Amino acid sequence: MSGPSTYNPQSGLERWIDARLPLPRLLHDTVHTFPTPRNLNIWYTFGGILAFCLGVQIITGITLAMHYVANANLAFNSVETIMRDVNYGWLIRYIHANGASMFFLAVYIHMFRGLYYGSYKAPRELLWIIGVLIYLLMMATAFFGYVLPWGQMSFWGATVITNLFSAIPVVGNHIATWLWGDFAVGDATLNRFFSLHYLLPFIIAGVVVLHIWALHVPGNNNPLGIDVKSPQDTVPFHPYYTVKDAFYLVLFVIFFAGFVFYSPDFFGNPDNYQPANPLVTPPEIVPEWYLLPFYAMLRSIPNKLLGVIVMGGAIVTLVFIPWLDTSRVRSCRFRPLMKQFFWGLVVCCVLLGYCGAQSVDAVKFGIPMVWVARIASIYYFAFFWLIMPIIGLIETPKKLPASIAQSVLGDKAGAPAE
Amino acid sequence: MRLTKLSLGIALGLLTSVSAFAAEGGATKRLHPKAAEFEFEGPFGTYDRGALQRGYQVYKEVCAACHSANLLSFRNLAEPGGPGFTEAQARALATAAKIPAEPNDKGETTDDKGAPLMRSATLADRFPSPYPNENAARASNSGALPPDLSLIVKAREGEAHYIYSLLTGFHEKAPAGFKVTEGKYFNPYFEGWNITMPPPLTENGVTYSDGTKATIDQQAHDVVTFLAWAAEPKMEERKRMGFGVMVFLIVLAGLLFAAYRKVWKDAH
Amino acid sequence: MAATTSDAGTRRDFLYVAAGSVGAVGAVAAAWPFIDQMNPSTGALALGSTEIDLTAIQPGQQIVYKWRGQPLFVRRRTPAEIESAKAVDVNSLPDPLARNANLPDTALANDADRATKPEWLIVKGVCTHLGCTPAVSTPQIPEGEYGGWLCHCHGSEYDTSGRIRKGPAPENLAVPPYTFMTDTRVKVG
Repeated sequence: MSGPSTYNPQSGLERWIDARLPLPRLLHDTVHTFPTPRNLNIWYTFGGILAFCLGVQIITGITLAMHYVANANLAFNSVETIMRDVNYGWLIRYIHANGASMFFLAVYIHMFRGLYYGSYKAPRELLWIIGVLIYLLMMATAFFGYVLPWGQMSFWGATVITNLFSAIPVVGNHIATWLWGDFAVGDATLNRFFSLHYLLPFIIAGVVVLHIWALHVPGNNNPLGIDVKSPQDTVPFHPYYTVKDAFYLVLFVIFFAGFVFYSPDFFGNPDNYQPANPLVTPPEIVPEWYLLPFYAMLRSIPNKLLGVIVMGGAIVTLVFIPWLDTSRVRSCRFRPLMKQFFWGLVVCCVLLGYCGAQSVDAVKFGIPMVWVARIASIYYFAFFWLIMPIIGLIETPKKLPASIAQSVLGDKAGAPAE
Repeated sequence: MRLTKLSLGIALGLLTSVSAFAAEGGATKRLHPKAAEFEFEGPFGTYDRGALQRGYQVYKEVCAACHSANLLSFRNLAEPGGPGFTEAQARALATAAKIPAEPNDKGETTDDKGAPLMRSATLADRFPSPYPNENAARASNSGALPPDLSLIVKAREGEAHYIYSLLTGFHEKAPAGFKVTEGKYFNPYFEGWNITMPPPLTENGVTYSDGTKATIDQQAHDVVTFLAWAAEPKMEERKRMGFGVMVFLIVLAGLLFAAYRKVWKDAH
Repeated sequence: MAATTSDAGTRRDFLYVAAGSVGAVGAVAAAWPFIDQMNPSTGALALGSTEIDLTAIQPGQQIVYKWRGQPLFVRRRTPAEIESAKAVDVNSLPDPLARNANLPDTALANDADRATKPEWLIVKGVCTHLGCTPAVSTPQIPEGEYGGWLCHCHGSEYDTSGRIRKGPAPENLAVPPYTFMTDTRVKVG
């Protein structure tokens, strides 16, 4: 996708194709010879895992759409027909439903990995921002998808989330009505959500191509956060990273399959096995786990508009990270102070997720959860807008190794290249 | 007249529940479900065929008087992974059941006296519903709607254990100070402790053809097994396939690990 | 890059091939559910039977019912139509087989094996050429030369036993499985 090509067509046919549509050249340079830092660890395998997740969701989604009926009277039962009568329908639906959770699990690991090793820093700012865009699109897709089974949680989740827009002054209520296509969430809403749920994954796939393109211009960051200086610092993507990614992917699939086959409703909510009832709200409505931290932020603010702004701000903040981090060193491995604050952020996000799952007035260990959520929210914003810029200026980083090769191979790297 | 009585009842119910709330300090949250054991639990668990068949009997003779199970068809009774009735048995059960007939050649759905035309069910037909619509169901049950049972096990927190506890929890005595709403029953496993459903199971309320003693506990166990299957009819196929998939993936992971180590041996 | 001995190279190649083939087997196996989901569901398979009341059908009349999503011809034949169907030599037919789901596949297309009760001919109204619905022939509006059916799509002609006589269709109209519950009630499927 970038840089000088190492493709050398062998046969006449390859030369013929190369002169007309150099697709083999593109593939050769991107997944075969692409020079990749030799020190990428397990956390770097999640990029490939995410591509796999997207593929799985698209394939299972297309097959589910062959049986699903986007009609408020029929949707719930059509899902149950898939579960009961369609050949392997239960398998495909359980893969799709758990696949969403796996996708988010992988994306969160991928994002925290990027944060820890400073992968958003120059020259990878656009790579990071495109990643944030993918994450946003994923959240939208997941939300639309969760509405489709038309259970109680689908219906009331859709009601609550679309009502967030009504917080916008003046035009808010009009926007909500426009989103619904009715005076409340109903048949029209379900139909458009289905349409968008089918559309967005393909847009994600397109943006993923940009993401990979933006990755292949500067090349991978690595756990040391230092630049590649010589060919010794890298190995060709194939076979080194194809086999490594494949191995960790299969481990991930084992984890995934454990849920699909042995606890398929683990991430689900019992209320969603009750058909949507516009007259009865379930006593506790919670979004899917991957949205809980944002939900906790929303609920911790006792003002509708402010709550929505804070929640939206939490995501928008991510876009500015490349410029909020003032440090010259990328990797937290060499940033002793930043490392501690980073883990503080991880803890806060988990805490927020925990608070989001509790009822509004929950008190655990004598502490009102809403206060925990407030403190964690404050830390979240403080981390990016205060801690990150300040630490970058005052912290003294540890000494960086001279090169990736030296760090990995030790003295061997001193020897001339073989 | 009836409406006044009903609203009076509701008002009274609200009052008593408020006072109960005050007396108990908000302790009307449902109890944690009992720890019961079911054959279908665990990674290798399967449905007990006898329990499924007996459970179907309890469902048919007891539950189906008020509860529908709209997602189930008679053919399901003979499908693999289910109660294990033969196709002939399932057909006989279907034929014995009467469901509303399609409009006849004259376009009528009722006979001369206004009674709905009925016909025998076939294997392809769904289980009959006890009430023609939701309003009829509510009218017959003091305003409460008996929920459809097809997915009830998956639709309740605590799943099978919850349904089992509910069915066997009627004999518990209400604590002093807790007043059971008129027309309702005390059940500590139900949120709010007041349930409209009367105790459904009685000792020897059904007669099992396989000679199993029909205690309340046994009936509850059987019908919960049946309802668990009704909610998740592909469970056995799922676990069986899962085992194969796991073995395959572990072998593949082993091979890939060896290849990975081999490839990287010289790169470190 | 460190030079690899041929021995290590062989072992590495073996691991590649082994992992690759096992992975490929898994991919093929994983593809099957996604292919099979397009086959008729168990619900569709179960919706097979229709009961038909025959009392309203007059001699010489055909009524079309819907069975498994397709037209089903139930034709009450006149004695003349039965006679003309019986007079045909089976060996002269383009398709000499009965195509009757109630009989073995090898049964011949004698009229008695096309219609168990001679008065009632029950066939799927699906032309065996490319699936159009043939038009029924009556004395008032004849369709084709053989008094049975003519398919207007591509000109296949069937006789009063539903057997192909002329045109591109390769087989006789299919006889579905059916049983007479009473003399005037038949269950198809």
